[in-house]
Amino acid sequence: MKYMLMMNTPTGGPYQIAQWPQQDIKAHIAFMMSFARQLGESGELVGAEGLAGPDQAKVVRAGKDGTPITDGVFPESKEFLAGYWIVDVDSPERAYQIAAQASAAPGPGGAPLNLPIEVRQVMSGPPADSF
Amino acid sequence: MAGAPPLDGRIQHLLRELSPQVLGAVVRRYRDFAASEDAVQEALIAAVTHWPGEGLPDNPRAWLIRVAGRRMTDHVRAETARRHREQIVVSLVPPEEQLAIAAVDGDERDDTLDLLFMCCHPTLSPSSAIALTLRSVGGLTTAEIARAFLVPEATMAQRISRAKQTIKASGVPFEVPTAEQRAARLGAVNHVLYLIFNEGYTASSGPELHRTDLSGEALRLARLLHRLIPDDGEVAGLLALMLLTDARRAARTGPAGELIPLDEQDRSRWDRDAIGEGVALLTATLPRGAVGPYQLQAAVAAVHDEAASAAETDWPQILALYGLLQRISDNPMVTLNHAIAVAMVEGPAAGLEGLDALARDPRLAGHHRLDAVRAHLLERAGDRDGAIAFFQRAAERTASTAERNYLITRAARLRDAAG
Repeated sequence: MKYMLMMNTPTGGPYQIAQWPQQDIKAHIAFMMSFARQLGESGELVGAEGLAGPDQAKVVRAGKDGTPITDGVFPESKEFLAGYWIVDVDSPERAYQIAAQASAAPGPGGAPLNLPIEVRQVMSGPPADSF
Repeated sequence: MAGAPPLDGRIQHLLRELSPQVLGAVVRRYRDFAASEDAVQEALIAAVTHWPGEGLPDNPRAWLIRVAGRRMTDHVRAETARRHREQIVVSLVPPEEQLAIAAVDGDERDDTLDLLFMCCHPTLSPSSAIALTLRSVGGLTTAEIARAFLVPEATMAQRISRAKQTIKASGVPFEVPTAEQRAARLGAVNHVLYLIFNEGYTASSGPELHRTDLSGEALRLARLLHRLIPDDGEVAGLLALMLLTDARRAARTGPAGELIPLDEQDRSRWDRDAIGEGVALLTATLPRGAVGPYQLQAAVAAVHDEAASAAETDWPQILALYGLLQRISDNPMVTLNHAIAVAMVEGPAAGLEGLDALARDPRLAGHHRLDAVRAHLLERAGDRDGAIAFFQRAAERTASTAERNYLITRAARLRDAAG
């Protein structure tokens, strides 16, 4: 079963990595790289992407003639999606375990950030026919 | 079959080299790109099956063209029969005439070149041209190309098939470029190879800074092109630029995959052989006149590569080269690099002035590179707070993870130093 693990980071909260001391930034980056490597090696990683900063994010709707109408930027948003992982695991418990590992990424002073990671099951194909 | 393994290796190498030539010849004759490609694939499979046991044919290229031609004949027959059945309209051209096989002609040079011109045709979008070139000229599998560009294989297969349809619809394979068109078409080929190289060298997205397989493939294709047209200065310039840039690859990242800027790289890790080859190419090419942008960029790379240390870089020379580049291309990135050279020669204040002018260029407005360069120049000028602010702004705007990590680390270093 597949799960998407979404890392939502608060705009004004602890995940202001650009404001940390250099040593803590490096430790955080090293953690994330080794986390990605481990997931790849365990054969559970389906995909992962980090998203560019939210300060140029737009919300788009179709106008009358279908042309895009953009709204934003939204500097006042409380939180934004920083990135996600999609994992293919044997149980929801395993997905929670992986999410907890990501949540414990080191922050300032090396203390775990305990970031909230939203875990959602990915929709699957239709079930087998039953007779 | 005691000698089998070396023969297998040789066959693989040979097939890779021959496949664009064979495809070019078959496409030229039958004018159906997709079907030709299938036929060539079948011929390659036949070669892999027969050659190890029977030994190489006298003329492997002619053998492959003949086998692929036979497959095409079957294909055209089947198609004609199908159309005949479906439409009950007899083709105006008798099938035997359609099938008439031209003599197996000689020129491998033209076949590969024509194939390159076709795959890099300006009617194709850059991403389509790149995929098609890697597939048809480079001989990479769809799965390999998909992996290199971090997209699903089905997506890449679709991109390639749409590119083939575009080619078919536009009648591109039949064009033999005129002498005037040729320069423009060659420019398009150079551009596609350059894009492939850059995609590999500075992966445009994702966490991996290098995807060397793509750079390596671009280098291989540029070498091939240079071998086909040794007299073209820009082709030589492009190959030199790739060599002189790729020479720094090992020094460009640290142990944790972090980006190391040019002035902090361990120059003992630069590839001296590649630098030597690139410089020799440039030295042979530059005096021949008609200097183009690839040669000039390669010349800049050569000045960096030949400096024993960052401090010994011949910046006045680089400034002069960027001045020439500015004159022949209206590209804001060139102007940005010119401003850096100005700062290195005349001091950061003069460089910052150049940036102010550039900030008004809409093509560069909000581009992270402009902010990053400003941050570096402010740091050199001793404006620590300004530098921190612009490093962070650039970090928020870049779409490269490695670059973002570099920029925020750079800002943090300045803050730490401020205590």
